[in-house]
Amino acid sequence: MSLRAVFALLLFLFPVLSAPPVRAASSLPERIYDSTGIEINGFAETVLGTRLTNDPVEKQLSAADLRLRLEASRDLGETLLTFKGDLNADGVREEMEGDLRELSLSLSPLPFMDLKLGRAVFTWGTGDLLFINDTFAKDWQSFFIGRSEEYLKYPNTALKVSLFSDLADLDIIYSPLFGDSRHISGERLSYYNPMAGRIVGREMEIDPDEPNRFFRDDELHLRLSRTLGGLELALYGYSGFWQEPEGVSAVTGRPFYPRLNVWGGSVRKDLLGGIVSAEAGWYDSRDNPDAHDPLIRPSEFRWLIGYEHELARELTGSVQYYVETIQDYGNYRQALPTGAPARDESTGTVTLRLTKLLLNQDLTLSLFVYYSPDRDDGYARPRISYRLSDRWLLTVGANLFWGRNDNTFWGQFQDNTNIYAGLRVSM
Amino acid sequence: MSSRLFFSALFSLVFVLPALAGDDLTDVNEIVNRANLAAYYAGDDGRAEVTLTITDNQDRKRTRQFVILRKDLEDGGEQLFYVYFKKPSDVRKMVFMVHKHPGRDDDRWLYLPALDLVKRIAAADKRTSFVGSHYLYEDVSGRGIDEDIHELEKTTDTYYVVKNTPKKPDEVEFSSYTVWIDKKTFIPMKTEYLDKNGKKYRVVEALEVQRFEGHPTVTVSRASDLESGGSTLAEFKAIKYDIGLKEDIFSERYLRRPPREARR
Repeated sequence: MSLRAVFALLLFLFPVLSAPPVRAASSLPERIYDSTGIEINGFAETVLGTRLTNDPVEKQLSAADLRLRLEASRDLGETLLTFKGDLNADGVREEMEGDLRELSLSLSPLPFMDLKLGRAVFTWGTGDLLFINDTFAKDWQSFFIGRSEEYLKYPNTALKVSLFSDLADLDIIYSPLFGDSRHISGERLSYYNPMAGRIVGREMEIDPDEPNRFFRDDELHLRLSRTLGGLELALYGYSGFWQEPEGVSAVTGRPFYPRLNVWGGSVRKDLLGGIVSAEAGWYDSRDNPDAHDPLIRPSEFRWLIGYEHELARELTGSVQYYVETIQDYGNYRQALPTGAPARDESTGTVTLRLTKLLLNQDLTLSLFVYYSPDRDDGYARPRISYRLSDRWLLTVGANLFWGRNDNTFWGQFQDNTNIYAGLRVSM
Repeated sequence: MSSRLFFSALFSLVFVLPALAGDDLTDVNEIVNRANLAAYYAGDDGRAEVTLTITDNQDRKRTRQFVILRKDLEDGGEQLFYVYFKKPSDVRKMVFMVHKHPGRDDDRWLYLPALDLVKRIAAADKRTSFVGSHYLYEDVSGRGIDEDIHELEKTTDTYYVVKNTPKKPDEVEFSSYTVWIDKKTFIPMKTEYLDKNGKKYRVVEALEVQRFEGHPTVTVSRASDLESGGSTLAEFKAIKYDIGLKEDIFSERYLRRPPREARR
């Protein structure tokens, strides 16, 4: 099917989906539920975005989505079957994409055990848009171009076993094949390439070597957690790979995903009318244990502390301070080729979130900012969303990147600075 | 008639009939106490399907629909709430969970299924809007009875009229509120709030009360903001009491995997 035909089909479906139900009591999803027991939902959405600056290596258009989402779930005895799928006509990549967001079975075979089997999004940890012990797949491309925040989490195919006891709860998530993040590759967002020594884009797409051996290139996530009144404690473990291609093969020169273990913990508690959270993790880069290899990201210690509080009626604010420290920094510096830009031993990042609700909470104004004083770079996400009705949602926002240098974490994305608008109609 | 129903009917005969017989209560604290129990602690647990229709001053309507589960750990004391949203679509399947602690801040969590994210929510001002409606958090979970000074203003044929003045006036937006409590059922039938200038600006009223398993229950109510002109109609359906909800339903396990009691 050509892209044009898909757009025409979606445009045709828009009014069909958006037609008001004749009576609230007999809407289509309710009639389907009553006759089949299948709970149906979905939406159609478009997001259009453009770069604010002229990026010499990327298109002007940053987002051009026309998306259909279908969700279905059904109780099969004591088991819940859930499906969530997207069909997206992506006008930037000029491709039709099918995306299976979830296809899973959830059940409780024993009173103290839950199982989830299949493809689904997984999340844990206490960071707000900062991830230390959450080593599940992310989709940073979607995050940076104005898609709904849910698309930041990319599904993993896994078996989740949860065991509950009075002492603690244990979650084990096993993926037979590592699921990598949709990282910034140059395909639609430009980045700094140290080999080229400049910001590159479509002419230098990262094409990493993907782990592909089932049960050997696998990953295991563990969490041991306990809630004592209002105090939430957790310990985490991970064995798998760096989420992004953080290594370059010395043999082929191709980027690859080095091995990674993560060990960490977190606490979260109410404090002085707000919520305080702290999390730490040791990133053990197993293919580069002593930081002697300049081609693989060295081990790191990461931690964050955050606090959220209501500032005024319908206005909430939160701040976080996040630090990454390179382990065996001396070795890392020694191993770097002369002239190569070196990372600082420790880098701090501050985040700020402000959320204001207005007009009976139909209008949401939000701002999320990452800023690193050490690197003097940052990323801001202002966003306004408005419920036009119970079914129509309008969103406008921006993704603003800045930095003194082209080669810093956020500075490298500055040509991707964009604004966007989205419109969603739900079933 | 189940034995539980029988006992609750018996309970009504023993405790409610004296009121019917016309022996008016005079102790305001007892009246307030019984109203608190009748309005917020009926049964040991309960479930209801709630539809809120929010109308703003330009007559635009918005709907919120959710299932609410409640379990009392102690009558008049600690309570657990589980709210599973159905409408509108952008909040569908979200779960809001509260561990209510009278006398100190509640613990609140929000589960966002699209992200599989369990978010802890700051114990905000309890006098902010519940899901954008004209009801406040405090209307849903109850205002602590120790937070006000109560005076029995008058006793009519049908109501105890109780005036309540906050002990900490700086923490609330009203100067006082008056409640009309039904003498037979102890259900607060109308509450009028006065602002700092003594002007009536907010009314919450029960429009329909029905008896379920012996418990008189508000099935339709309305909260009106007289200043802005907006109001919210709340309709309660499929009301059930004493369904045997386990305490662990109100934990992270069931935030991530909503129980069938909440979903249907």
